[in-house]
Amino acid sequence: MAIKAQLFITCLAEQFFPNVLKGMVSLLERLGVQVEFPEEQTCCGQPFFNSGYHSQARDLAVKWLKVFGRTDGFIVSPSGSCVDTVQHHFPELFLPGSAEHRLAVDAAARTYEFSQFLVHQVKATDVGARFPHKVTYHASCHLLRGLGVREEPKALLQAVRGLELIPLPGEETCCGFGGTFSVIYPEVSKAMMEAKIRAIDSTGADVVVAGDAGCIMNIAGGLRQAGSSVRAMHLIDILTAGGEMS
Amino acid sequence: MSQVPTMIDFRRNTQQVPSRMPLAVQKATSKFLGNRAAVVDAFGNEQWQVLRQAGHDIRLHAITHIEHYLEMAEHAVTRAGGHVHWARDAAEARRILLDIASRHRVKLAVKGKSMATEEIGLNPALEEAGIRVLETDLGEYIVQLKGVGPAHIVVPAFHLSKEEIANLFHEKLGVDAPAEAEKLTQIARMKLREEFLSADLGISGGNFLVADTGTVVTVTNEGNGRMCTTVPPVHVAVVGIDKVVPDWESLTVLLKLLARSATGQKLSCYTQFISGPPRSPAETGPAEMHLILLDNGRSRILKTPECRETLLCIRCGACLNICPVYNHVGGYAYGYPISGPTGVLFASQILGPTVAGALPFASTLCGACNEICPVKIPITRILLHLRRRVVEGDESEQAAAPVYLRVGAWAGAAALGSTGLYRMGSELLKRLQAPFVRGGWMARLPAPLNRWTMSRPFPAFAADFRRWWRSRTTAGGKRGTSEPGA
Repeated sequence: MAIKAQLFITCLAEQFFPNVLKGMVSLLERLGVQVEFPEEQTCCGQPFFNSGYHSQARDLAVKWLKVFGRTDGFIVSPSGSCVDTVQHHFPELFLPGSAEHRLAVDAAARTYEFSQFLVHQVKATDVGARFPHKVTYHASCHLLRGLGVREEPKALLQAVRGLELIPLPGEETCCGFGGTFSVIYPEVSKAMMEAKIRAIDSTGADVVVAGDAGCIMNIAGGLRQAGSSVRAMHLIDILTAGGEMS
Repeated sequence: MSQVPTMIDFRRNTQQVPSRMPLAVQKATSKFLGNRAAVVDAFGNEQWQVLRQAGHDIRLHAITHIEHYLEMAEHAVTRAGGHVHWARDAAEARRILLDIASRHRVKLAVKGKSMATEEIGLNPALEEAGIRVLETDLGEYIVQLKGVGPAHIVVPAFHLSKEEIANLFHEKLGVDAPAEAEKLTQIARMKLREEFLSADLGISGGNFLVADTGTVVTVTNEGNGRMCTTVPPVHVAVVGIDKVVPDWESLTVLLKLLARSATGQKLSCYTQFISGPPRSPAETGPAEMHLILLDNGRSRILKTPECRETLLCIRCGACLNICPVYNHVGGYAYGYPISGPTGVLFASQILGPTVAGALPFASTLCGACNEICPVKIPITRILLHLRRRVVEGDESEQAAAPVYLRVGAWAGAAALGSTGLYRMGSELLKRLQAPFVRGGWMARLPAPLNRWTMSRPFPAFAADFRRWWRSRTTAGGKRGTSEPGA
């Protein structure tokens, strides 16, 4: 019986990294996962929840739960922070005992971040990718501390043929994105981002990999601003590579 | 030194951070973190986690039964011959202290390091009353000479170089000071020694208050704290009510956590236990001992279940050292004597959303503070509640966010919550952005995203996954699902 995965594509990945989503579909299907896409989905409400707008966050969570509540199987997403929202914050938004709370608890239990899903449910670490480049890994905060995903992405990278994984100094230090933080306190966000860029440049890697669209927007933009030749990519970009840097 | 703030503009403060502040801060914090990591390693990480949980449980128990333990402490202190005063707020605490000082005709007060006295803005109040007040912790002494407050709760002057301190000593003390740590310390020591001997009043804080025996515990690394609490004829300890712990057994757990987390020591150089004035002529020390128990908003913090774990804090400063925001701005940007993540929690709640509404947002929610906290305070979870308090208000405070932000959020959520509007929006944005896009990026954007593009370009909107999904599913089989192995 094939494992079923409902795609939770997230706003940022949809708007800025559609190729990550396409790669995720083809990779999951290649591994025998039955992929479905609930098309009514929009935003999970994370930016509202994290900024204190709980009433708006609750509305969006209700909508999200309605869409995913009528699906079955796992819910899989290429974003640590969005999954953290569903797993840990959705249940807090509703009164225990309410219908929404039941839906939220159920959804929380079957929602997985991509690398988590691959390693723990599909039980695949070697997905047959080939990427002959020097790669360093930035641990996205909510993936790392929200979901406790520390080793999975690195295990997946280490199984990629030709890939040389170089440790990133300050791997677990925030890149300065922080959602609305980046526009509320832009000077601090900039300083944190620039420190991250300096650390990445110091590794001599060709590519920096992260597991959340927000971090990639921030780091990729920062690399571009600094005139660096290093590319920022999503883990999925590497796992779907056949040898070329797309 | 600090006055109680009336409005904290975190962004403006961050724009005024001196350019060499971040490196100076990072040099110091990385040293502290390194030392901490080494002692935690030596302790054994698994054991450390057990100790953290014990620390958390002890502190939670103490603050949950705070009235019981405070009464117990009051009885014990009184029984030992000390005087206990209850201060509802900063003004009352200042008044009590000024009363004691005027009764003893105090001209010079010497102080050990204390965040509680910073919190109540004690120094300006004493000075206004014509009392000279001298900080005697080396770091506090230096920042007092400089005319500023502490930049870090454990190491107040850690951002200043030896050269800067030497210049400061030259300028303020009129001494020729070489830029060497040892020589500078000697100069301060000489100066302070004279003052200790002539002081009429010694003021200290307290790291813990042991309820069982009414013991004020101070954890320090310089002898100054002991001088302040033993040499002058009167000693006043200003202690937040949150510092109470049940007994000495609890205390040992917390002492183990505190020194390791703060400075990477197993135990600080001086751990003092003050249980009242001398009981017989054979004992020495100040004849009069006062304990001011400071509430200043702490009871209100306790009343909000989402926030009460704020009061578990043992002021080790580890969350400051690990915080990437703190590391780039230093302590002054927070506009409050307690800075960094724990400072945000205290300042936001003690001062309220109107004064300190900017602070809960001064975090990327990265969660490094949660991981390092020795008493497992869920810092980011509390921050999320405090953000909500600013935006929506809660049982204890009115909302303080401007109306246009709330309207904006409402409209944004309405658009994002409708599949039709959401999809229309993403198509529209792809068209509207066309004139600005170069090579997949936009170098400049209008407000509020100009705050993003001031530091890096913004990626072009590129949504096409839904179309791709539809095209392959209508071509390949049943709509909405994909063919296995396609």
